[in-house]
Amino acid sequence: MSKIVAKTGNESMAEAMRQINPDVVAAYPITPSTEIVQIFSSYVADGLVDTEFLAVESEHSAMSACIGSAATGARTMTCTASQGLALMWEMLYIATGLRLPIVIAGVNRALSAPINIHCDHSDTMGIRDSGWIQIYSENAQEGYDNLIQAVKIAEECCLPAIVTTDGFIISHGMESMKLLEDKEVQDFIGDYKAPYTLINPQKPITVGALDFTDYYFEHRRSTAEAVLQAKDKIIKVSQEYSHLSQRKYELFEEYRLDDAQMAIVVLGSTAGTAKVVIDELRSKGIKAGLLKIRVYRPFPAEELAIVLSKIPAVAILDRADSLSTMGGPVFIDIKSALYNLEKRSKLINYIYGLGGRDTTLHHIREVYQDLQNILDTGKIAQSIKYLGVRE
Amino acid sequence: MANLKELSKRLDRLSGGHRACAGCTEPIAVRQILLAADSPVVAGSCTGCLEVVTTIFPYTAWKNAFIHSAFENSAATMSGIEAAHKVLVKKGKASKDFKFIAFGGDGGTYDIGFQSLSGAMERGHNMLYVCLDNGAYMNTGIQRSSATPKGAHTTTSPAGKVIPGKKEFRKDLTSIMVAHNIPYVAQTTPGHWRDLTNKVEKALTVDGPAFLNILVPCRLGWGFAPETALDVAREATDSCYWPLFEVEDGNWKLNYQPKEKKPLVNWLKKQVRFKHLFKPGCEEILEDLQVDIDKNWKRLLDRCGEEA
Repeated sequence: MSKIVAKTGNESMAEAMRQINPDVVAAYPITPSTEIVQIFSSYVADGLVDTEFLAVESEHSAMSACIGSAATGARTMTCTASQGLALMWEMLYIATGLRLPIVIAGVNRALSAPINIHCDHSDTMGIRDSGWIQIYSENAQEGYDNLIQAVKIAEECCLPAIVTTDGFIISHGMESMKLLEDKEVQDFIGDYKAPYTLINPQKPITVGALDFTDYYFEHRRSTAEAVLQAKDKIIKVSQEYSHLSQRKYELFEEYRLDDAQMAIVVLGSTAGTAKVVIDELRSKGIKAGLLKIRVYRPFPAEELAIVLSKIPAVAILDRADSLSTMGGPVFIDIKSALYNLEKRSKLINYIYGLGGRDTTLHHIREVYQDLQNILDTGKIAQSIKYLGVRE
Repeated sequence: MANLKELSKRLDRLSGGHRACAGCTEPIAVRQILLAADSPVVAGSCTGCLEVVTTIFPYTAWKNAFIHSAFENSAATMSGIEAAHKVLVKKGKASKDFKFIAFGGDGGTYDIGFQSLSGAMERGHNMLYVCLDNGAYMNTGIQRSSATPKGAHTTTSPAGKVIPGKKEFRKDLTSIMVAHNIPYVAQTTPGHWRDLTNKVEKALTVDGPAFLNILVPCRLGWGFAPETALDVAREATDSCYWPLFEVEDGNWKLNYQPKEKKPLVNWLKKQVRFKHLFKPGCEEILEDLQVDIDKNWKRLLDRCGEEA
């Protein structure tokens, strides 16, 4: 029986962590994810979890301690955002390379400078090539659901995973949501048995050895293979969870896309705003739809290409700029995913919502209007635009 | 405390055939530590000579579990291992009798890993942190660290035409670790095997974190004949450059008082890194170094309640 409760995104993630009951959590507070570590430390203080909680002195040490812990065979989690994730950067690659299933409860926040505490996706987009599985959430419910699934996904893939919610918009917004029973969560994730540990007296192992030109490439290649194989495992775990929770989880969500002539691709909370506009347009007979990416890494390129190739005009919304002059990271990925198709959609890119700038129904209507113009004229006036900025 | 006969019967857990230089004192120190530990160990190292010479894939010199993750986080990494072990023991998933030893060079300890070390010690993990102090970043080619003695030539504090080597005195890391109020802090060298193994035994017995600062002469970076490596370590102690002492629960104890305190120049003369100081014009630096040693030695004697 699932319980209906009112929780913020941070509360929902902390609640998921309580139910996961990880062996070790090593974390450092940073806005807007601070509440997760605060709430979780109260669970530790009240004896509601069996976790060894390390209140470390930096995010770099948080991820370092997580690496030590996971290599010891413990189920290991942390939480962070923005500069904290940036400080972890070096260790994130090492977590992947050592194939350790660490899970981050992440909250998206802009990167400095200028310093800003509000939402955009620059922080997690900055680690997109690190090999971490990345799952984005539209609301507190999805943050909760995704975090529980991430534990199982990470352990089955022997890869680290990060689940994110949009800073403040989700992390501090109160919503009605459904919780699983503690036992359902425990049964779902199961007992963790690491393939190798540092504390097996029968088999002492060396972790993190030095590779020269004779082995490094093979080890990186095998990591690439693990990421490649992760997609099927993610699909399988998502199906199992959908069955358990009666909430559907796939690599991405298609919203009124079947007969759509134009679509928006977006990650996170803005999907909710877009859905409202789509319903509005549909009531006027305009064939608009949405594709919300849930699993951004590994990137579901083939699956996206199949769906998007049928839609003549597509706008990709990026809550981060790549500063490469090529548009946002999601735009670049999708363009590349569609490149080898015989029939390609017209693609445009909008950088939106940087530093927490509000993205309203009005902005989304503007995007669909641009898509309509592309459909009408067959021409793209400007392929990369900034949405809602003063210029 | 185990005697030499007992130690010699124990399994040597750092195998030969590793890639350390001839005359390197680092593996000697590590072998002595592992012999003294006499229980299953998880060892960790920061990036540096120790990790490089012992773990070139697909080989490993470690017969106990070993982890290396990065340069500045040996202590943080080991703190996660110790915490994980604690909870897995509680859950009946791990055997209790493991010891946790994190290694770092002076680069990974005094400098880039200083914050990580301080944090792990403050959090009270049941682990031993060993700094293998050879007084410079030897692995990357002898660059200065905050452990490099004043006047020493390194490749980033070179003895040039206007600047005669490193301008600053070294950081007193051991005292800084004492200020963390952890149960056990000590200094030793592999040239004093009994002192070293005794200290390791003590460090692994205390409840909470322990810190050992071990002087490990580097033949390449210091410039001495390989066969004299341990003499160089002992002479560092006889000159009071590297006194042997321990601090147990805040109580300072001198472990060795040289019969005759040797002039520092005797020790400096044996090392190529100080060669330029014996040219005319550097007398003042030599004097500064001796004055500093004398001052530190007096302060140590005071702290230990000893007389000169």
